[in-house]
Amino acid sequence: MGDPILEVKNISKTLGGKLILNDVSLSLNKGDLKVLIGPSGGGKSTLLQCINFLHYPDAGDVLLEGFSAREMGRRNISAFRQEIGMIFQDFNLFDHLTAENNVAVALRKVKKQPKKAALERAKIELARVGLADKGGLYPAQLSGGQKQRVSIARALAMDPKVMLLDEPTSALDPELIGEVLKVIADLSESGMTMLMATHQIGFARHLTTEVIFMEAGRITEAGPPAELLNPDKRSRAADFCAKLSELMGSN
Amino acid sequence: MNSLSTLSLSSFFSTGPFTWDTVTFFLGGMGLTCLLIIGALSLGLVLGLAMASFQVYGPRWSGLLVSLYVWFFRGVPILVLMFLFYFGLASQLESLIQSWLRSGLPAPLKSLLRFCFGARGSVSPFACAVLVLGLCSAAYQSQIFRGAMKSIPSGQFMAAKALGMSSFQAVRVIILPQVLRISIPAWSNEYSILLKDSGIAFVIGTMETMARFKAVASSTYYYLSMYILAGLAYFVITWIGVRLLLALYDRVRVPGLAEVQSADIL
Repeated sequence: MGDPILEVKNISKTLGGKLILNDVSLSLNKGDLKVLIGPSGGGKSTLLQCINFLHYPDAGDVLLEGFSAREMGRRNISAFRQEIGMIFQDFNLFDHLTAENNVAVALRKVKKQPKKAALERAKIELARVGLADKGGLYPAQLSGGQKQRVSIARALAMDPKVMLLDEPTSALDPELIGEVLKVIADLSESGMTMLMATHQIGFARHLTTEVIFMEAGRITEAGPPAELLNPDKRSRAADFCAKLSELMGSN
Repeated sequence: MNSLSTLSLSSFFSTGPFTWDTVTFFLGGMGLTCLLIIGALSLGLVLGLAMASFQVYGPRWSGLLVSLYVWFFRGVPILVLMFLFYFGLASQLESLIQSWLRSGLPAPLKSLLRFCFGARGSVSPFACAVLVLGLCSAAYQSQIFRGAMKSIPSGQFMAAKALGMSSFQAVRVIILPQVLRISIPAWSNEYSILLKDSGIAFVIGTMETMARFKAVASSTYYYLSMYILAGLAYFVITWIGVRLLLALYDRVRVPGLAEVQSADIL
């Protein structure tokens, strides 16, 4: 297995007087795709945002290839974040920039690449997510699925070591979910290390190395999908997934 | 300034108010008004953007300082501020600027000070008017920009940081270009209000539009026609400026951002 590429160690976080994360630990090896499931408000989003220190955890640390985020300090935390790609539920594309420039802007401003090189890289990444012909369009001119794929291209352009995905398909129309999941599956196949919060249990079942069930700020169960999601096990996770499948049809 | 006005005044005294001399006299005033409000709006823009950024993205104490500033300039009449700065604070301001010019300030800052206040660092009525109008406009502009900033989904700021940008970079590269686009219509309002407020600068001796029409009116007794003309002069500057700003708004408009066309605004 080797050393883990990402280690989350005993993270706790209180927001607005409420304990959102309670001593959460997990680790990812290179090439892992792990899935976070659990009821809304269970702390999945907050955990992802604590991992790249968009929220500063009150306690605990995150190690990326052995380098501690805490030790980098507030001044250098941007360098740490650069190494971790993040995908949001509502895309968060930059509305004033074309798809191409959405991908290129961080290459230029953070990695200080010249404009031409950054745009070339942007074209390559957009082609990779199947949007080679949409580079000149603004976010408002793209469908939800296309927007999410641009945001994936934007994260990939920074050559992240790990990707965090926060319910990447939850804001999409049902018929657009497939195109985004396909991109994520391809990424996983190409060896990208990913941690994804999702309600797409069917997807999780087939592709993930581990399913992590979170509730009330804690990881309550974790294991390979075949084991954890087996209805006969009567685990809390299997129960939760059965309810989801009932609601959304088996997928 | 005074020698200029007496010179021109004496020449049209004998020939009535509508000679070539008076026309250039008035046009010069309008030019000075334009300079006055370009200076004040620029000062207000820089300060206003900074204050709005602090209010929306900065620590809580900085937001409180900004609202204190805004309340002061919102609450005190411009006329009072003009008197306060020109008769109350100008000499203190002058000695402050002169000590800055002698100190080890970085060269670009010094040349900016020399550009604004002359080599000797004296606070002319014009410089004082720019300062008062600019500080006042900064208060109003900060609230225009604050509203625009709050209308931009906070997720974009987060996404920028997740890509490795610092907060400052995220504001400058991602937030401000959107804020400025959205703000142009409201900003054109601030332009037209400030333009008309700038007429108050005549009370401290700035020879801008209002001062010149008043001077001619009281020396020729053509009060009615002079003040109608003064109103017209301000109207023309307002109209041209607002049209230019709306043309700019249309030019930089991006699909999905500031969707409304300028034709629907005015």
